[in-house]
Amino acid sequence: MTDPNKKTPVSSEARPDGSEPLLKVDGLVKHFPITKGVLKRKVGAVQAVDGLTFDVRPGETLGVVGESGCGKSTMGRLVTRLLEPTGGKVEFQGRDITHMSAGKLRPMRRDIQMIFQDPYGSLNPRHTVGGIVGTPFRLQGVKPEGGVKAEVQRLLELVGLNPEHYNRYPHEFSGGQRQRIGIARALALKPKLVVADEPVSALDVSIQAQVVNLLDDLQDELGLTYMIIAHDLSVIRHVSDRIAVMYLGKIVELADRTSLYEAPMHPYTTALMSAVPVPDPRRRGAKSDRILLKGDVPSPISPPSGCRFHTRCWKATQICKTTEPPLLQLKTGHQVACHHPENGEDQAPGDAPLVADVITVKSVGAGAPEPAAAAQAEEAKAEEPEKSAGPVVSEKPVASDEPEELAESASVPDGKGAVAPSADAEDEPKK
Amino acid sequence: MSDAIKKDSPAADTVPAQRTGDDKEFLSVRNLSVHFDTDDGLVKSVDGVSFDLKAGQTLGIVGESGSGKSVTSLGIMGLHTSERARIGGEIWLDGEELIGAGPERVRALRGQKMAMIFQDPLSALHPYYSIGAQIVEAHRVHNKVDKKAAKKRAIEMLDRVGIPEPHRRYEDYPHQFSGGMRQRAMIAMALVNNPQLLIADEPTTALDVTVQAQILDLIRDLQKEFGSAVVMITHDLGVVAEIADNLLVMYAGRCIERGSAEKVFYEPQHPYTWGLLGSMPRIDREQTDRLIPVKGSPPSLINVPSGCAFHPRCPYADVPPDNITRTERPELQQVSDGHYSACHMSREQRDRIWTEEIAPKL
Repeated sequence: MTDPNKKTPVSSEARPDGSEPLLKVDGLVKHFPITKGVLKRKVGAVQAVDGLTFDVRPGETLGVVGESGCGKSTMGRLVTRLLEPTGGKVEFQGRDITHMSAGKLRPMRRDIQMIFQDPYGSLNPRHTVGGIVGTPFRLQGVKPEGGVKAEVQRLLELVGLNPEHYNRYPHEFSGGQRQRIGIARALALKPKLVVADEPVSALDVSIQAQVVNLLDDLQDELGLTYMIIAHDLSVIRHVSDRIAVMYLGKIVELADRTSLYEAPMHPYTTALMSAVPVPDPRRRGAKSDRILLKGDVPSPISPPSGCRFHTRCWKATQICKTTEPPLLQLKTGHQVACHHPENGEDQAPGDAPLVADVITVKSVGAGAPEPAAAAQAEEAKAEEPEKSAGPVVSEKPVASDEPEELAESASVPDGKGAVAPSADAEDEPKK
Repeated sequence: MSDAIKKDSPAADTVPAQRTGDDKEFLSVRNLSVHFDTDDGLVKSVDGVSFDLKAGQTLGIVGESGSGKSVTSLGIMGLHTSERARIGGEIWLDGEELIGAGPERVRALRGQKMAMIFQDPLSALHPYYSIGAQIVEAHRVHNKVDKKAAKKRAIEMLDRVGIPEPHRRYEDYPHQFSGGMRQRAMIAMALVNNPQLLIADEPTTALDVTVQAQILDLIRDLQKEFGSAVVMITHDLGVVAEIADNLLVMYAGRCIERGSAEKVFYEPQHPYTWGLLGSMPRIDREQTDRLIPVKGSPPSLINVPSGCAFHPRCPYADVPPDNITRTERPELQQVSDGHYSACHMSREQRDRIWTEEIAPKL
């Protein structure tokens, strides 16, 4: 689609072969204040994003999934600096852009572009397509070879639109075509990182596939790095190399695609994946595998203490209510923030189950409430042996004097009992 | 679930489903058409759709936006105004014809015998009245009960659809509910009179997957409990696979394939259905490199392409001889018992393409 000589400059400099991350995010926080009265007294805060740490490596696609309200869009806007973070640090190509002023940020803007969700709302109805796609050149003072018009037409062709449509207005295009216009605009300045916030969710299935394939082709052709935010787990699986699962402003799991979909470790990920309707009528009988989460996502204004998922988790124990689990690498390339991960060693074996009214957990193990200190205890091969046969990299010091059977019983997936008589977690996503 | 359909006697061969108001079909739609006069021309939103539905069964209507799914459902509910829409055909609900019936009669049936769940619960619920009051109203319009009994019934329904503390939440307004809860409240409202036909128009599209799973489960349980017939309208093949016994695929206002869910998913007979299946990234299969999209975009309903409406997007449009796909509209033909498809290609051609070219790539 493109002439080959144009694609080289994009990827060349930012690619010392995956070693140096393109984007580095450390402890990113965004709280939106809730004010009251004439004096705008601050009475609380929506903790939309609360401590995110991750990297985006050049050339990869990082997928971000989560339910609505989990902060994934806010995260996208923080990374592109459409919003200013409350705390933490965002580094792009080694430069700290966290609190950079708008003026200083402008030259950086050409390297980070965004594709928006709504192809109707994100294009100015009074500008022609040529004007819309050409605006980045004007704003950045870039004079492309052969003139702006030729370049815009080349871009339109690149995304599969007719270059003759240069003078048309957005309303003359269908939803899928508009999304392509948005993509052409994002690619105009040959960005290094493209943040796409729900790029296909507003499109019909057949069009969605066209746009997904287009993004894929463009990545191959132009060496782009993507951060794709979406709620659809099937789409995310298809497009991503690595996936971050978010829940209430936190990353609960961050892993390679295969690792995540074949053996999810966080109970939330497991539940999320089991909830995806599978387009296969013969599998309907298998719906008993489904883990039905009770209730709704809690409010980010006053998120639950400890692990934020404990109010809906069938594995929750006392420690989950008090101590927040850190995001730890439990297998190679698989980070998870959970005291009692699935498909892995239990981080807090023997802890007494949490008996809350929201969840009923079948009582497992006779262990008395364990002090939170036991959190870091090494377990005793708790989960079914064939699962932990994988490349488990234990980072914990061995420091447990727990009786073995106690540890074992605490992590048996029976704990799900009341929520769903679920089969083993990793059976579900694949079949 | 799997004993899906044994419908349509062998007599109904070329012109499927001719019988009207038959013994067992609870809902029979015959040749339904809904056309709208606009300044730009006549929009044929629905153009000759027929189907049957038995009590206790679920029919899934699938299609992209603008294929006429929702217009069909609104037609059944009698929610098109006669000034704006031209409605043709017949709709038989439990032996009673609805299109010819007066608006008063349809109003008496609506909410009582047939009820609907809308896509967007926030705009379908009235913001000014409490949830409880709206459910009570739905109940009292059709039943001679006093306020107290109606309130009791409303709370019972809220409890049944899984809203915690229904006594307290009864007084709440829609904005105080979360998306999933609003959808539950709307289901409670739809079911308050034990309707025998429930039409759900994209009931889970606005919801997160975890909530979607809850709602689908709820609809399924309630259907089992009340034995109602359900029409599930959606663009998500995953949702219909989960819940529907029979499937109807719509394209440009017409039904292009109809059959049991099993048949449509495993032996689809129309290139558009293949396209839909190929467009979908699937979580249950091996990772594929590329999706197989349908090229182009859905047609305008003012200028529906001649012949087979799908021909401009169909990769196999030139397979049938004599340019027939561009000149003649294919009618629904029976493929096997209860499975119909509207395509000019011969059965053998389709079977070959499906098994050799499409299925291995899915």
